[in-house]
Amino acid sequence: MKQKVVIISDKDNVATTLTSLKAGDSLELEIDGHQKVIKLGADVPFGHKLSLARIEPNSPVIKYGEVIGISTAPIEPGDYVHVHNIVSARGRGDLEGGEK
Amino acid sequence: MSFLGYPRPKGLVGVRNHIGVISTVGCANDVTVWITEQAKGCASFLHGQGCTQTQPDLDQVTRTLVSLGWNPNLAGILLVSLGCESVSVDEIAEGIAASGKPVDKVVIQKVGGATAAVEQGIRIVKDMAVKASRVKRDEFPDSELMLGVKCGASDTTSGLVSNPVTGAACDLLIDSGGSCIFGETTEFIGAEHVLARRAATPEVARRITEIVSRMERRVTAMGVDMRGGQPTVGNINGGLSTIEEKSLGAIAKGGTRPIQAVYEYGERPRGKGLFIVDTPGREPEFLTAVAAAGAQVIIFSTGLGAPQGFPFVPVIKVTGNPNTYSRLPDHLDIFIELNNKNSIAKMGQALYQEALAVASGKQTKAEISGYGNFPNIFTIGPVI
Repeated sequence: MKQKVVIISDKDNVATTLTSLKAGDSLELEIDGHQKVIKLGADVPFGHKLSLARIEPNSPVIKYGEVIGISTAPIEPGDYVHVHNIVSARGRGDLEGGEK
Repeated sequence: MSFLGYPRPKGLVGVRNHIGVISTVGCANDVTVWITEQAKGCASFLHGQGCTQTQPDLDQVTRTLVSLGWNPNLAGILLVSLGCESVSVDEIAEGIAASGKPVDKVVIQKVGGATAAVEQGIRIVKDMAVKASRVKRDEFPDSELMLGVKCGASDTTSGLVSNPVTGAACDLLIDSGGSCIFGETTEFIGAEHVLARRAATPEVARRITEIVSRMERRVTAMGVDMRGGQPTVGNINGGLSTIEEKSLGAIAKGGTRPIQAVYEYGERPRGKGLFIVDTPGREPEFLTAVAAAGAQVIIFSTGLGAPQGFPFVPVIKVTGNPNTYSRLPDHLDIFIELNNKNSIAKMGQALYQEALAVASGKQTKAEISGYGNFPNIFTIGPVI
């Protein structure tokens, strides 16, 4: 099956795959008007995200041109991006302590 | 464009012709089911609320039940009450009677128990159903429609395909002079600034931010990260990592037109256009809110395959996930294939045509299977 990867906004630093990708696969993508080859560092299942750029820890992860979360580890281009390396900035009762 | 609907008093138009059998309290649910099962043409509304709650919740239950009775898909309404519940069956009946439709009640403790209540209830709804069967469908402009939109059991295809296509269908109805309503306030968290930019007035923008902050405070008060509850485990398995990501994809289903007003749970919008109702994202509570708002048809965008409909409002299931569509054919009505030939606008047209066909009488998968008889009413405070 042909690789199909969706990048929604030029500002995005992640893309969504509409096929299942394997570690080592190479993707030729047009990112912000430039052709770029991204080599997958891990398997990425259907509908999940891969990184398009290096994302430093504690930095915004961007999809739809908007912040979808904050990285918790260094993320390289082609890395699988999901709950293991990004967290939400919202609805965090664990950080705010809740009502005792 | 036009559809074939049932004329109702007060200038409203229904797309179904059911007799609604509505519990005023969770304790009346069994009798409501027994009556509904015995009379063709009836649709029940069951829920777990109506008693031993604080006044704001009791007001919300009363408001919601009155508004459900007003939904134009109902030709007549029977209220089933236990008798000792906190909400007043007479107040609810009076509120529904203002719609100009027939409304009656049966009170279990007054008539001598369940057997007598079922017998009396069946006689009432049979009489209503015979009268309703004489109302004929007629042609009405699509501006008489209110479309409810929802996404559920979402994966990343929801935000990329089925939600934007649902939004394109909403835009078509708004441009025709009709109304659309969406909500799921929890799934505005992280995307409220995008919605606020589309508010018709600064006051509407302020209300959008207000309902999101209110919902987020209820969540953070529990002292935990809400991930796992929102996004759900299913959403996470489907590729959604955070509530912000889910929200940014979710709001696409409301289209691109200006947001005219924000309503409380159970309220009926005034005027026409695009509206928000403050609801959680969970299906039983959300579908009730849009049915109460007066939506005659609901478009439900799903990635992983949510099966449920609503007892008296047709729910059209649409997915952009090819695996889900082939795995769950008995639950999904429409598959939208993402490719270069199918623009979002073109697929939105096709979905809008389907909504008009369903409004005119085409049955949805959820209607045929009868899946969706367990809705609920959203509670804001404790059960006491």
